[in-house]
Amino acid sequence: MDVQTDRVNALIRKHKSEKKALIAILQDIQAEYSYLPKEALQQVSRSVGVPLIDVIGVATFYRAFSLKPRGKHVVTVCLGTACHVRGGPKILEEFERRLGVASGDTTEDGKFTLETVACLGCCAIGPVVVVDGEYHAQTSIRKVEAIIKQYLNK
Amino acid sequence: MIALKLNGLEVQTEKGWTLLDTARFFGLEIPTLCHMDGLTPWGGCRLCVVEIGEGPRAKLVSSCTYPVEEGLVVHTDTKRVIAARRMMIELMLSTAPMSKEIQDLASRFGVTRQRFPPRNEECVYCGRCIRMCDEQMDARAIGFQYRGYKKKIGTPFDIRSEECRLCGACMYVCPACAARCGGPNADTDICNACLQVEPTCLEKYGELTCWMYDAGRCGTCVQEKKS
Ligand code: SF4
Ligand code: SF4
Ligand code: SF4
Ligand code: FES
Ligand code: FES
Repeated sequence: MDVQTDRVNALIRKHKSEKKALIAILQDIQAEYSYLPKEALQQVSRSVGVPLIDVIGVATFYRAFSLKPRGKHVVTVCLGTACHVRGGPKILEEFERRLGVASGDTTEDGKFTLETVACLGCCAIGPVVVVDGEYHAQTSIRKVEAIIKQYLNK
Repeated sequence: MIALKLNGLEVQTEKGWTLLDTARFFGLEIPTLCHMDGLTPWGGCRLCVVEIGEGPRAKLVSSCTYPVEEGLVVHTDTKRVIAARRMMIELMLSTAPMSKEIQDLASRFGVTRQRFPPRNEECVYCGRCIRMCDEQMDARAIGFQYRGYKKKIGTPFDIRSEECRLCGACMYVCPACAARCGGPNADTDICNACLQVEPTCLEKYGELTCWMYDAGRCGTCVQEKKS
């Protein structure tokens, strides 16, 4: 994806180029590009006056940020304690098998990114799978195919 | 002047000193790893712990970051301190058994067994390289990335950093970069070779006569222990 200097600059200016807004700026960039492009991080470092290594430190500390381009749909499988004992890892495996990517990676066609999370706070409806912010409750291996189909052509 | 009680003795200290500064000023030896003169205290390795307070409320604090307080009761070598210290050394030794600095700490502070499997990692996360690069070289080329078990040291995007001056200071201060010297037990996870030598004067005269009073630690006139 092309990273336009003025688009990134506009996002940085929105937060008055303030140091304390670093996370908010990164969130906006991530929302715009679905990941944090290298050029954008360098620009943030220059405009906000935070050493690049510290920007990277923040960007890699939080799971919400990604340094790699992400797919159109983000599939997040919960591996928190409750979802874990109800088969979360098996469901993750099924997604890995069907999508042909390991957790943390994006499919070649750029359609899906597979991720995991440790508890979403809704253990009662577990095992939980979230796709693009939509919650799928009480999932099982058998439901994986249907979930993928639902988003495939969206 | 700030007065506090150090190992039972009333001592005078200066405002702005840490407990480590105080102990060293009065000649007490406290092991440190992440601490380095000239770099900001960091409190990461917990090797320098001392016990403060009394009775059931006594607690361990890292002396390199704890500022002196009026009337504070400090003990530098209680059972609890020594056990905690040895545990930290043992854990770091399992992370990086090839590190001379950590092997030396083990020999010096009586760690003679190793209960954890060696992991032979290249970093013990002391952060000395990062602070060196930032504070003394004014470069900010390297830093911690990721977190938890994925935490690592690196440059942005893992490529040669434009900020790096190639000064080598980061490697110079790294405890995991200097390989240990090969003593009699060079192949084992715990070296302790230093414990198997003694100054030659001890055998000849029956007492230590070294005018430096360093009990053979300089290594110039040592021989293998006879007994
Ligand atoms: S022999 Fe060398 S590596 Fe081993 S404890 Fe002594 S100084 Fe350290
Ligand atoms: S060699 Fe580079 S990374 Fe290391 S301390 Fe010097 S400037 Fe920093
Ligand atoms: S690379 Fe060396 S100096 Fe830097 S944190 Fe790791 S052990 Fe410490
Ligand atoms: S463990 Fe999955 S929502 Fe809590
Ligand atoms: S030397 Fe004090 S915590 Fe490392």
